[in-house]
Amino acid sequence: MTKNNQSITGTSSNRTFRRTGTVDPHAGLDAISRITRMAFRYPTRAWLAIIATIIAVLMQLSIPVFLGQAVDQTQAVAEARAEPETLYPIAFLLLFASIARGIFTLIHNYTAETVGHLMARDIRNAVYGKIQNLPFSFHDRTHSGDLITVGMLDLEGVRMFFSTALVRTVLVGLLIGLGAALLLSTNLTLGLLALSFVPFAGWRSAVMRLALRKTWLILQERLGILSQVMEENLGGIRVVRAFASSEHEMKKFEIASKSALRLSHERIETRVQNTSIMTLSFFVSMGLVLYFGGRQVASGEITLGTLATFLTFMTILQMPVRQLGMMVNGYARASTCGARLFALIDHESEINNVPDAQDLKIIDGTLKLENVSFAYKGNTDRQAVTGISFEAKKGETIGVIGSPGSGKTTLMHLIPRFYDPTNGTISIDGQDIRRVTLSSVRQAVAVVQQDSFLFTTSIENNIAYANPYTETSQIHDVAESAQLHDYILGLPDKYETIVGERGVSLSGGQRQRLSIARTLMMKPTVLIFDDSTAAIDAETENRFRTAIKEFAKDRVTLIVAHRLASLMHADRILCLDNGQIIEQGTHEDLLLLGGRYRDLYELQMHPNPEILAKKAGIK
Amino acid sequence: MNQTKPDKTLQSIKDKSPHIRAVVGSHRIEEEIFGRVFDGKVTQRIWQFVRPYKHKVMVSIFAVLAFTCSQLTIPLLIRHAIDSGMAPGVQPTILLQIIIIFAIIVIINFIASRVQELVTGRMAEEVLFDIRRAMFSHLQRVSLSFMDKTEVGRLMSRLQGDVNSMQEFLETSVLAIGDLLLLFGIVMVMFWLDWQLAIMVLTVIPILLGVRILWLTRARSAFMAAHEANSITNGALAEAIHGVRAVQAMDRTKLNSELYGQLVDNTFKAQLRASKLSQVMIPIVDTLTGSAMAVVALAGGMMVVSGRIEVGVMVAFLFYIQRFFDPIRSLTMQYSVMQRAMASGHRLTEVLDVKIDVKDSDKAKPLSSSDDGSIEFQNVTFGYNPENPVVKGISFSVNSGETVALVGPTGSGKSSVMALIHRFYEVQAGAIFVGGHDVRDVTQKSLGRHIAMVLQEPYLFTGTVMENIRYASNWADDKAVVDSAKAVGAHDFILALPKGYDTMLTERGSNLSHGQRQLLSFARALVADAKILIMDEATANIDSYTEMQIQKALQQLLKGRTGIVIAHRLATIRNADRIIVLKQGQLVEQGDHDQLLNLGGLYSQLYQHNYASFDDLPTDLSSKDRKFST
Repeated sequence: MTKNNQSITGTSSNRTFRRTGTVDPHAGLDAISRITRMAFRYPTRAWLAIIATIIAVLMQLSIPVFLGQAVDQTQAVAEARAEPETLYPIAFLLLFASIARGIFTLIHNYTAETVGHLMARDIRNAVYGKIQNLPFSFHDRTHSGDLITVGMLDLEGVRMFFSTALVRTVLVGLLIGLGAALLLSTNLTLGLLALSFVPFAGWRSAVMRLALRKTWLILQERLGILSQVMEENLGGIRVVRAFASSEHEMKKFEIASKSALRLSHERIETRVQNTSIMTLSFFVSMGLVLYFGGRQVASGEITLGTLATFLTFMTILQMPVRQLGMMVNGYARASTCGARLFALIDHESEINNVPDAQDLKIIDGTLKLENVSFAYKGNTDRQAVTGISFEAKKGETIGVIGSPGSGKTTLMHLIPRFYDPTNGTISIDGQDIRRVTLSSVRQAVAVVQQDSFLFTTSIENNIAYANPYTETSQIHDVAESAQLHDYILGLPDKYETIVGERGVSLSGGQRQRLSIARTLMMKPTVLIFDDSTAAIDAETENRFRTAIKEFAKDRVTLIVAHRLASLMHADRILCLDNGQIIEQGTHEDLLLLGGRYRDLYELQMHPNPEILAKKAGIK
Repeated sequence: MNQTKPDKTLQSIKDKSPHIRAVVGSHRIEEEIFGRVFDGKVTQRIWQFVRPYKHKVMVSIFAVLAFTCSQLTIPLLIRHAIDSGMAPGVQPTILLQIIIIFAIIVIINFIASRVQELVTGRMAEEVLFDIRRAMFSHLQRVSLSFMDKTEVGRLMSRLQGDVNSMQEFLETSVLAIGDLLLLFGIVMVMFWLDWQLAIMVLTVIPILLGVRILWLTRARSAFMAAHEANSITNGALAEAIHGVRAVQAMDRTKLNSELYGQLVDNTFKAQLRASKLSQVMIPIVDTLTGSAMAVVALAGGMMVVSGRIEVGVMVAFLFYIQRFFDPIRSLTMQYSVMQRAMASGHRLTEVLDVKIDVKDSDKAKPLSSSDDGSIEFQNVTFGYNPENPVVKGISFSVNSGETVALVGPTGSGKSSVMALIHRFYEVQAGAIFVGGHDVRDVTQKSLGRHIAMVLQEPYLFTGTVMENIRYASNWADDKAVVDSAKAVGAHDFILALPKGYDTMLTERGSNLSHGQRQLLSFARALVADAKILIMDEATANIDSYTEMQIQKALQQLLKGRTGIVIAHRLATIRNADRIIVLKQGQLVEQGDHDQLLNLGGLYSQLYQHNYASFDDLPTDLSSKDRKFST
């Protein structure tokens, strides 16, 4: 996590992704057509799915016809007192049509899902690659939860599009269209009666789905608040207990819980009201068909078999009509999900390799900053770092000190090219780091960050993170340098112990030492400690400093710290204020100078509140 | 789109070095174990939550019955219409009568389905929220030692995932009753219409059930595998998002993309397999439906021809066939839902059954505001694990209004002493008195009112600055809140926030600096206006200027109160009236700064090191001692 001093004002306005909120309709349409094109990038499967759908529909439609014929033939045979052998073919046809329907449904569902999964595979790889390569500035502005939503939920929305929306459109359209043609051509009045529920039910279903989707999004938000209340309570349980505030907390819970429950009830009501009315419209149509059809059968206008065909067909049609809503929902979902997903995939990264970039060539290992300035995006009025120049040669150790917000971390993040300076150049052995490959810069400049993110895997894998092909002995070496080896050997699974979110929890100091170990593993040209020893006790830090003395000979070491003891020994100390270097020199030089550094020294080493308060200017 | 072939690249990597120590994501600790279908104890516990809604259960069961009957009646009416209403020359009134009955049935069907779905749906939601409330409220009272060793994430997954799968179960269980009834009803009606034809048609049921059960076990493992592969892949994505800075810093993006590609491929394969298995049932069911229809067309047709049955019966059979595959399908689905629900129910009851160690005793009285702020430890022994006490027979007393600094290396028992005053844990031996009363004889609520606490890590809640400072002190008005903020020196920076006191704090106050958060937590303690203040001083590095402000605020906070401070800073220690030095759970020295320095004991040793912060003290004191003795 970077400390980029984001103020409250800047956070929400320029975020790129939001979980909720509307998507521009144009982008939505574009997304739909792009998803469709993606699906047809697997043309054989996509077309197979569609053809299988058509055949399945034809089979499905033939069943009511065969059933009607079966009834008619039975009646005919009964009246003619003929041999019942004539019933064999129709029974066989029924069986055949059912089996064929089943097989083609299988093919169409399976291939359609396969296309979806293939698309998901491609998108997953693209999203992952994108997220990993987008620069820090993007991640500063983007909430991680929003990225997770895009990569997981929006992905599902897009994946399901082909099978639940596109192919289903073919299915439902054909079924209703051909079925209607069949019925209407057989008997216009009865056909109209039988189909009368279709537009009504289809419309209700679409309205319901869209309403449900909307409430679902709000419900998600309310449930989010509820889980936030619970999570904060459990996470801060000590505060809750300390203030004996369980009543207060229960009240918060009740409010969040009730508001979610109310919406949840609303959701059920919407659903039940619509589905019951759809069923009712279906039965009303059926009753009409039964009455008027029955009259026609009695008067001999149509056969009983025809009536049976109508009734069976209605039953068959009930399901796809209800699914109309799902279809509409599928389109709506894919358009919003797709728009967000593609916005991420298409996001341009500001930090790239220039064309034909060569790897950085290390000769002497000299780091040079010339007049470097930087301002954060969205906060361009205020420069976080202004006109910094310094040079550091192999074997040198540079300390950097300054109050919070003085630009120390920002400066350290410019050197491995996490951000590009707005002005000035940073070079290693005379090569501008923007002109060489990003990967070679990252390998040459290693940062031990303030907040050490550990990966949920073994300690061994964590230490070898930057260099996974290393030898076990190397891992032990760096662990020893980082003063971690003995501790690891005391763990039940030693180097195999799983750490990270779901593993053994380590103390702040242990985390920092692990983070140091994995950085040492990189054997970088420039090694940066960004306030990364704060949680390590002084004696351990001392031992560690001795241990890496040899290691530091071959590289430039930059140390950012609050604790003076951590950087007093440096060859040179830079004192930063407001993004600028205000003092520099050795520890002794700076003490003699009697400036800001001297103040800090007094404050930390001889804390006498009254005198210091005067010095610091606090009344 | 990225069309890399990860397998190949990875293979080449593996050839280079057989020991690649790289993974992305982690294997999920699978919590979704399928339990037994039916667990008496769990059902009983869940029933306790359903019991208050007994009447609603009755109503919905009644509605399900009505619904099922109406469903069953419709094909019979069609049959009746065919056989007696449509014969040539029959009075049209007969058909009309049948249609009127049909209309009545349809209305019953409409009402019954509405009632049943509404009542069941709502009830399931209510029960679900009740269960969650019960769990949450229980967690407010269970011992802190339980909360210490249980990750928040795990509890949350029970409060959410498990509660949700209970909801699914409650909603479907009423539907399952309906499905069972429908199936049973269809079979009965078929036998009633014609038993011979019924037997012929129903032979497909055992086949279907058999196939379905065989299929279910295979399908479930495939679904689980797909689910698991998917969540592993998603886990890796989440890791990439959260750890993106570390990944970029260590230049692992390329390798990670390859590894992730492999996970994606695995997911793809697992999902295809699951999809294949879920689709394979369709042709089987369709074949069996087809066979049943063929049997009716053939055997039923022959029966019609021979005059055994009327043609209406044959049509009714055809309608029933189309209906009876649905309940079988949903019933087998509900089987999995039930298994999942039982496993979830088991985990829910586990939370509800966590023992509450610290309770108000029957004769507990509230501490009154006239009780003073004195604290006394009498021979207190305590351990999180009773065999390994971390506080060993400590006795000391603190007068009302006095400030005492607790000092000692990590593991010396400082935090435990602090927690014991507030009765977060129960002592093993000895007694603790607050305001002259044994903490076990007063109500926890009044003890909380008597003692305010500032923790090492300032913890802020989502909400405005005002709400955060006031927190549970409902009696404090806005002015009191502002006064406290002024007193601790937080007022100025609060006013500088975009909306002043109404500024929303997001994600635990991440929009504030550490020092600012600390000051807010001071203000919170000041608003609580308690007689005793217990504080664990922050060790985090804040710049020295903020540090000064905090020191000043601390003095404000301690004015007129009894203070117990776990001190890390020399400045804090020197300001205390008395210093208590702890080591390995025992009280080794006490006195003021000068007295302790003259004593030449542990405190003076620590002081000689001239560290700015006592947190810099080496953790491993025993080895240190050895070094000193040689």
